Amino acid sequence: MPEVKEIATPEQEAVERWERETLEPALRKSPERKQKFETVSLDPVNRLYTPADTAEIDYERDTSFPGEFPYTRGIHPTGYRGRLWTMRQFAGFSTPEETNRRFKFLMSQGQTGLSVAYDLPTLMGYDADSALSEGEVGKCGVAVSSLADMEVLFDGIPLEQVTVSQTINAPASVLLAMYLVVAEKQGADFRKISGTLQNDILKEYIAQKEWIYPIRPAMKLVVDTFEFCTKNVPKYNPISVSGYHIREAGATALQELAFTLRDGIEYVQWGVDAGLDVDEFVPRISFFFNAHNDFFEEIAKYRAARRIWAREMRERFRAQNPRTWQLRFHTQTAGVSLTVQQPLNNIVRVAIQALAGVLGGTQSLHTDAYDEALALPTDKAALIALRTQQIIAEETGVANTVDPLGGSYFVESLTKQMEDGALDYFRKIDAMGGMVESIEKGFPQRETQESAYRYQKAVERGEQTIVGVNKYAMDDESATVDILVIDEAVREHQVERLEQTRSRRDAGAVSNSLDKLRRAARDGDNTMPATIEAVRAYATLGEICSALRDVYGVYEEPAF
Amino acid sequence: MERRIRVLVAKPGLDGHDRGAKVIARALRDAGMEVIYTGLRQTPEMIAAAALQEDVDAVGVSILSGAHNTLCPRIVELLRERGMDDCLVVVGGIIPKEDIARLKGQGVSEVFLPGTSTEEIVNFLRENVQPRT
Repeated sequence: MPEVKEIATPEQEAVERWERETLEPALRKSPERKQKFETVSLDPVNRLYTPADTAEIDYERDTSFPGEFPYTRGIHPTGYRGRLWTMRQFAGFSTPEETNRRFKFLMSQGQTGLSVAYDLPTLMGYDADSALSEGEVGKCGVAVSSLADMEVLFDGIPLEQVTVSQTINAPASVLLAMYLVVAEKQGADFRKISGTLQNDILKEYIAQKEWIYPIRPAMKLVVDTFEFCTKNVPKYNPISVSGYHIREAGATALQELAFTLRDGIEYVQWGVDAGLDVDEFVPRISFFFNAHNDFFEEIAKYRAARRIWAREMRERFRAQNPRTWQLRFHTQTAGVSLTVQQPLNNIVRVAIQALAGVLGGTQSLHTDAYDEALALPTDKAALIALRTQQIIAEETGVANTVDPLGGSYFVESLTKQMEDGALDYFRKIDAMGGMVESIEKGFPQRETQESAYRYQKAVERGEQTIVGVNKYAMDDESATVDILVIDEAVREHQVERLEQTRSRRDAGAVSNSLDKLRRAARDGDNTMPATIEAVRAYATLGEICSALRDVYGVYEEPAF
Repeated sequence: MERRIRVLVAKPGLDGHDRGAKVIARALRDAGMEVIYTGLRQTPEMIAAAALQEDVDAVGVSILSGAHNTLCPRIVELLRERGMDDCLVVVGGIIPKEDIARLKGQGVSEVFLPGTSTEEIVNFLRENVQPRT
């Protein structure tokens, strides 16, 4: 084939002229600081972006107006001019009593939604008195072993009015059941309850690794919650498909984007295969992304996410409902970017990361506290984190106009690059048979580990700067920060309530409900009704998860 | 030929954040050590048994959940009970300042906090592992 010489466009010719006449003399006089410039994901960044870089992007087709397909500029026509994002600080530690107090404190300070962090035994489906829970009760979140704990956790918090997000995955259906039974006892109408369950089991196998059952039955439990919520709790988001943890485990921004959206597609496929209507259940699927240090890369990631999702829903699944096309997401600043050294610097990092989330059009936001590389946040640190959001929202003016960076040559070009890169990953994963299959092969796990290692090496070579760690280091100041300490008395307190609960309940009702749950699991029926019945009878989290383990078995991670 | 340093990288407790453990395991391997990674959710008993079976020179414990005061001294104790008196125990993760001295008093050789370079850890092991023939 004869070689076709590309004809330079007027835009490219203009760039070449500038390089020749202006840039080159300048470079001869003073060279640039570095040979190569890279994002925190170690992707190259060009010197300058111009109309030549965005020539292939069609405004109507690819970018469009806010509130219109493919939603690159946001899902709301008025951006934040109508309603600000929800300020939703993730909180949970110690006993349900303590966390209930923190929730009320945060709400009294202007926080607009709640987000529960559970402790590790709860995340793994063990009761506080299990031998495996020793040393872990109330440490990384609040301890909840039964409905009795959940009643205390939400005491005085009206669940019909407040939206609550719950970070729980492997045992998510059980915690959802507990939440609904507490709401029922408050007299709330299920149809009015809104809130979010994380319930994203795929990213557990990829990154966070708090799993219980093997992948396929675990996916079945997720689909059960989709079906149950679509019918009975229609305003509730039964899943928050999460890239956050994948990023924290070391993935690049692009890998976070690609794996998360492909996870989302997998959930939609499983729902469709179970007979659910795309345009009925998908509008309640929400997403959760990280906000890392590289400002523009993050903004491009969020904008690309909306565009990809809209197109995938319309093209792959023939969705007709605009709400199915609209990707809604929560953002949390990057815990992994926080440093133990000079911890007050973290306030600045968090502010900039949060700003990226806002400029990317997030629906809700959690800002990390400056002391989180040391321990769970103190009241003071949690309050500064909330104030950071309030300053962005009400002092900086960034919420006054919709998608303020839209049209930036750099941001538009990076958005397109993110989209193309994610679609490449989709093709690879589709070729493996889907996300479940690709996780079984260890593909996203290996990709993530590889990136984590590359980043660590780049830091150690000084190619990536961490202020206060590999540059501008000082004698350690972390000792001057007060931290939150959770003592072992928490476990005793929780075990005591567990024992009381077990002695007061109707043992026959508990064992009947657990039998019913095992049967539902074995027969492939929806497990939610039986789970709710077990919760009502005060069966504990550990007992309910054990019943399901009896049927499903447990996941063993292969060595990748 | 000089015996290569053998290290067991262990992840005790319920926490699943294994980014650190995996980065360290690979860095030690790249530095020429033999590394055995236990996988997640190992009890102190399982860790000590693996250390003995693999005849390691050091156990690197990765932990960020706050359960270190319960789990780390137990690991040291079980290693000593099994006669592994020279086996180093080093800890990496989110460990409050106040706990570091206590852990060292309980037999932990060193605690590496976030921000430590892998090179520092490699050097520590090279300098402190007891030579064997």
